[in-house]
Amino acid sequence: MSDDLIGGQPLVTVEGLTVQFEGQDRPAVDGVSWTLHRGQVLALVGESGSGKSVTAFSVLGLLPATAEVTGSVRLAPTEGVGEGGGASMQLVGATPAQLLPVRGGVVGLISQEPMNAWNPVLTIGWQIIEAIRVHSKVTRARARERLLELLREVGLADPERIARSYPHQLSGGQLQRALIAMAISADPVALIADEPTTALDVTVQAGILGLLRTLRDTRGTAIVLITHDMGVVADLADDVVVMRAGRIVEQAPVARLFAAPEDAYTRELLDAVPHLGAVASANKTATTKTATTTATSLVSAPTGRVEAVLPPPIDLVDLHVVYPGSRRSAPVHAASGVTLRIERGEMLGLVGESGSGKSTIGQVLAGLVPATSGTVRVCQVDLRTAPRKEQLGVRRRVGVVFQDPASTLNPRWTIAQAIGEPLRLHTDLRGTAARDKVAHLLELVQLSPDLADRFSHELSGGQRQRVSIARAVALDPEVLIADEPTSALDVSVQQRILDVFADLQQRLGFSCLFISHNLAVVERVTGRVAVMHEGRIVEQGPTRDVLGSPQDPYTQRLLAAAPVADPAVQAERRVHWLSLTSG
Amino acid sequence: MSAPVTTVRTGTSAARTARFVLGKASGMIIVLLVVSALTYAVFVLLPADPAQLACGRPCTPERLEAARGYMGLDLPSWKQYLLFLGGIFAGRTFGSGATAIDCAAPCLGYSFRLNESVTDLITSRLPVTFSIAIGAAVLWLVVGVAAGVVAAIKRGTVIDRAVMIGAIAGVSAPSYLVGLLGILLFGFTLNMVPVSGYVAFTESPLDWAWHLVLPWTVLAILMAAVYARLTRAQMLDVMGSDFIRTARAKGLTEQRVITRHALRNVMIPVITLFGLDLGGLLGGAVITEKVFSMPGLGALLLDAVGNFDLPVLVGVTLFSAAVIIVANFLVDLVYGVLDPRARA
Repeated sequence: MSDDLIGGQPLVTVEGLTVQFEGQDRPAVDGVSWTLHRGQVLALVGESGSGKSVTAFSVLGLLPATAEVTGSVRLAPTEGVGEGGGASMQLVGATPAQLLPVRGGVVGLISQEPMNAWNPVLTIGWQIIEAIRVHSKVTRARARERLLELLREVGLADPERIARSYPHQLSGGQLQRALIAMAISADPVALIADEPTTALDVTVQAGILGLLRTLRDTRGTAIVLITHDMGVVADLADDVVVMRAGRIVEQAPVARLFAAPEDAYTRELLDAVPHLGAVASANKTATTKTATTTATSLVSAPTGRVEAVLPPPIDLVDLHVVYPGSRRSAPVHAASGVTLRIERGEMLGLVGESGSGKSTIGQVLAGLVPATSGTVRVCQVDLRTAPRKEQLGVRRRVGVVFQDPASTLNPRWTIAQAIGEPLRLHTDLRGTAARDKVAHLLELVQLSPDLADRFSHELSGGQRQRVSIARAVALDPEVLIADEPTSALDVSVQQRILDVFADLQQRLGFSCLFISHNLAVVERVTGRVAVMHEGRIVEQGPTRDVLGSPQDPYTQRLLAAAPVADPAVQAERRVHWLSLTSG
Repeated sequence: MSAPVTTVRTGTSAARTARFVLGKASGMIIVLLVVSALTYAVFVLLPADPAQLACGRPCTPERLEAARGYMGLDLPSWKQYLLFLGGIFAGRTFGSGATAIDCAAPCLGYSFRLNESVTDLITSRLPVTFSIAIGAAVLWLVVGVAAGVVAAIKRGTVIDRAVMIGAIAGVSAPSYLVGLLGILLFGFTLNMVPVSGYVAFTESPLDWAWHLVLPWTVLAILMAAVYARLTRAQMLDVMGSDFIRTARAKGLTEQRVITRHALRNVMIPVITLFGLDLGGLLGGAVITEKVFSMPGLGALLLDAVGNFDLPVLVGVTLFSAAVIIVANFLVDLVYGVLDPRARA
């Protein structure tokens, strides 16, 4: 396949690509040009709505019918595609029949959510064999052999079982590996990887990024990597295209982009990335660069202001939470002997991967999930033994902020109604007094009081999350539980939300449990951190110590797996990660 | 993680399926028992006295007493219920001596008004109701799903709008009205199809279908409209999902994307509804049978209600409940085949 390529000629040439969706005033992609060469990893970077995915999907001819595409997307001549005879193929305006051999055959797709990318009612093997047989006329038996080879190639240890499995029976990492196997099944020369690791845990992400690198090295596959994660860019990309509002603002080799970003927006984007500064220094790997960009913890250690006499607002002793299994599945131990204490005015970070039980801890504290055994004291009330009325009273002293701001606000309520609800339930504030309070709360989270009469769909993701925070602190809570409050947000927005958090915490002095999978975010806002793994706290202590010199092997793995937004540092960290995982 | 694990897995999965079926089946029996007890309670609590209706005129207290004894109504109600249950499994005899009436198992009661066992009444009418229900069901499923799929694929076009307007009209049209209009137009004005009556399939398959065309259509119009709307909504939902994009990105033709990847997912909720609707219809399409003068279960039920024929009422109700429950059970089984997540 790749031998047919004319040396030096780019595989994909995008020129002046403009995509306009029906009914929108400005184009989603506006005059974009780039080239992709054999074996190159080209990262398309930008925030949501920047047009990076639309650009990439135009290479597959996969834009919806409502899109009007102009410009040029040319594909270097490859076997079985186009008119043949070495002419390149123009994808803009190509007929569906012309596009079919391109999709999967020349360009493969790896999409964002492996859980949703598979047809839930068909086995993995069936779906991959289908992909194989679309592009080459082989027998079913031969396709099956090829299927097992592919699954082995992407590092799945038990290909027979994987092939037989339905998507819901596999983990996100396994599904993503299998999806990569399907994407490469017809030996495409290029892959579109649309946020390939965003939905995955960091340790799984490290494996997937390694796999993509191997494919690039062994097969010479070119990869268009769509991502918002600068750490992923630093880890894998050769060249970077930074996009904003449909246009390219900067285009540079990865090393130069990180070392000397030319465009103001690129600098802004890079500065917004929370760096795991202390970690790098402890690992003794190229400290200078990261140290300078490190945002020092925004919250000073609380010890100075804590009145030691007062009992801690959050006190968990030997907490066990067991979700009963059904007839077919074993019970799940979401928390096994968790002992955790958060002092007055302290912000504790709780980190761990999906399924570690960290969200369960938050829900127990909010009174949403009952503890199976152990002591749960929130605001000096024992949630397991206190009378029901007293337990409900605790809820008004606990504020909660959830991950997805879009789904936690009632779409039919105005912002004022949403923020005002706890006031209506728990205070006597009505009429203008309530309005004034809402306006004050909006100002606290650095939003204009004018937004009070808007509906949540009129707000951006970051604004919505600030509304959720305003609602959570409306009753001046003693305890705030924030469950992944910035995970659904763009990186520049994330920074502002973290600033709001830190500022509010300073002003209102609540104790906060900050749950996150993002170590850099936790480092930025918390003074103390606890690391959770399989329902247990494996390590806890001052953030600087835990993230700086982790003692527990799991914490070490977690830290090593998180890519940092610096290509030179990340290259060394990758070696460190490989040594940890191969051992 | 290789060979031995594999064997164990298949073994347990077969055992799991068996346990699944057994569990569902035992649940089914419990529900049927509860339904039978409830219907029987209604029978007992109703102010109408079957003996009164059966005793004839003049109805002297002695004759009434005799009739009660004959029908078993002098026994305590729990004993009556047990006799009723026993009759289903072992058959029973009403009265004694020369006037005794044998009701063979499965005996669902005896209509003293029609002088026939309820079981015989049901079995004689069952072919009619089944013919109406199955034919209409096939028609509405095919038409409804096809219309919904086409509307979804052609979303926003004239075709989509036409299908949806048709669906709203279909949902709003009462079946007695459509039925009567159909009889008027196709039966009398155009003289194309017979307007009433039933011919057994075994007698003449062609006449059978010919007589059923109108009832099938009338029933199917309403249901097809419901199914078209459901299918369209499901289809739009499925076609927007990530795995459809994956399928397209593999280089599959749009036709294959729809038939191999979208349809099966669309059918999961459709089949669920279909099982329930078909089950309900097998219990008797009361209005349609009445309009087309078809001697089916619905007509039998209507007649029994009009004449306080309690044994028939109880028997037919219990039978209909059984059909619906069995339909539900079948839906669960089919669901497991269609959706591997339901098997887990």
